[in-house]
Amino acid sequence: MKILVPAKRVPDPNSTIKVKPDGSGIVTEGLKWVINPFDEIAIEEALRIKEKLGGGEVVLVGIGSKASSEQLRTGLAMGGDRAILVATDDALDSLAVARVLHKLVTDEKADLVLMGKQAIDADSNQAGQMLADLLGWPQATFASKVELAGDQKSAQVTREVDGGLEVLSLSLPAVVTADLRLNEPRYASLPGIMKARKKELKEIPLADLGVDTAPRLKVLKMEPPPKRQGGRKVESVQELVQVLHSEAKVI
Amino acid sequence: MGDVLVFAEHVKGKLPKTTLAAVEAGKQAASRTGGACHAVVLGKGIDALASETASFGVKKVFVVDGDALEHYVADVYTEVLADVMKQKGIDLLVATSTAIGKDLLPRVAARLGAGMASDVVHFNEDGTLTRPMYAGNVIATVKLEGSPRVVSVRATAFDAAKKEGAGEVEKLAISVDAAKAKAKFVAFNETKSDRPVLTEASIVVSGGRGLKNGENFTTYLEPLCEVLGAAMGASRAAVDAGFVPNDLQVGQTGKVVAPTLYIAVGISGAIQHLAGMKDSKTIVAVNKDPEAPIFQVADYGLVADLFKAVPELTEEVKKLKH
Repeated sequence: MKILVPAKRVPDPNSTIKVKPDGSGIVTEGLKWVINPFDEIAIEEALRIKEKLGGGEVVLVGIGSKASSEQLRTGLAMGGDRAILVATDDALDSLAVARVLHKLVTDEKADLVLMGKQAIDADSNQAGQMLADLLGWPQATFASKVELAGDQKSAQVTREVDGGLEVLSLSLPAVVTADLRLNEPRYASLPGIMKARKKELKEIPLADLGVDTAPRLKVLKMEPPPKRQGGRKVESVQELVQVLHSEAKVI
Repeated sequence: MGDVLVFAEHVKGKLPKTTLAAVEAGKQAASRTGGACHAVVLGKGIDALASETASFGVKKVFVVDGDALEHYVADVYTEVLADVMKQKGIDLLVATSTAIGKDLLPRVAARLGAGMASDVVHFNEDGTLTRPMYAGNVIATVKLEGSPRVVSVRATAFDAAKKEGAGEVEKLAISVDAAKAKAKFVAFNETKSDRPVLTEASIVVSGGRGLKNGENFTTYLEPLCEVLGAAMGASRAAVDAGFVPNDLQVGQTGKVVAPTLYIAVGISGAIQHLAGMKDSKTIVAVNKDPEAPIFQVADYGLVADLFKAVPELTEEVKKLKH
């Protein structure tokens, strides 16, 4: 079973994000970069599936600047078998990302794509679903549990949806996007980090793929959000109820 | 040209507030494009729902009714929606970013070769769109090029559409071969609760890791929710720890709510949680740590032991109501 896992380079979710004064983007000085947390969960799930099956291949894919290879190496250190970096400095929108992945998935003849449900920078939550449609594959998004059938021809996926949990049965090949509670990713071990250095990380220039990546969605400018006015502390429950009633008038 | 189509999601035979927000958003979008605002309802046995939808000021409501559409399944709904878009020459597809909206819309976008903007909060006069990025730390102005275009909207950014006129209901005969679908609905394990739906309630009481376990949500927060008529929410930490079910999670990747009153109990206020509730009208925080980040967004903060303060609060509210 070949599992393809896209892994995006994003700012650490605990970073303080500031917008550049000219609104052209965020301030990147001093930012720590990590694997998109949801993609990390996807990598972990792929590794667990491979371990359970006792075989298979986990191929990581990065699309972005050469710096993205840092995150791919971390994924390889976790246990990924090899990685592909589609090198570009262009900002690709979700449709472009899906098209690039479509080409790679097809060339690689992957059986399953596991990826994060959204990247925590753009928060779009689109690429996985778009990829599934381009491939003509079924999708299961916001997965909190993935169970492969013994014959590896289908999977039962539990999804976190509004109002509860939904269970879907998908025929493979399929696209599954990972949600927070799918698993807790492992840390790369020291031996893992050493081994990762020798694993294949192939770099392909974006142009070589012959994919239409012209953006349909363009970010024109960025601004900080309106700052919420600071409130005040109350001394007691009685005071709280009093202000909520007569001042805020919400109860 | 410039016609807008709103995907009207329905839940248990009703149009939830989140759908009415999408209708309102669709009308706002149509006012920018100069086109008409239509709606589409998919499902089984949905005549009444279609008429209901038509009463909210849309020009036409397209209806596709059939067994294959009884339970939402992405590839089946995508097929039908893409067909409607093409048949009716729609320029812009709008839906709320609910679990279904998020699952479905990008698939339809890819089917149509369309670009998509998620979680839009405003359709600007110049044709650009406004949407949050980086867990709401950035407000971005974006542009969607080409046609058609697809937009999911954040329910909390739009008022619910008001009843207005009577649109025309048009039934479309689109055949769906459900047997070809590669994904099948197996089961829905619904979270049973007496509380109102998080995304519908005007008061929300949320609990965090400070509650220490699931029982405490029942013992301490339920009575408060009861007396306030509030929905219950939770931080990611509380859900991860198994205190409460996943659909209570408020946050960047959970539900985004903006009720009249949001009471955060035992929640520290991580950026990702704030992303889900900082547009609430009034925010109250109860936490024993005076330095908790939640106090920076709270209008009223009470530094106290929640296990003492919450029962007291419940009592005081009861007194107020009598």
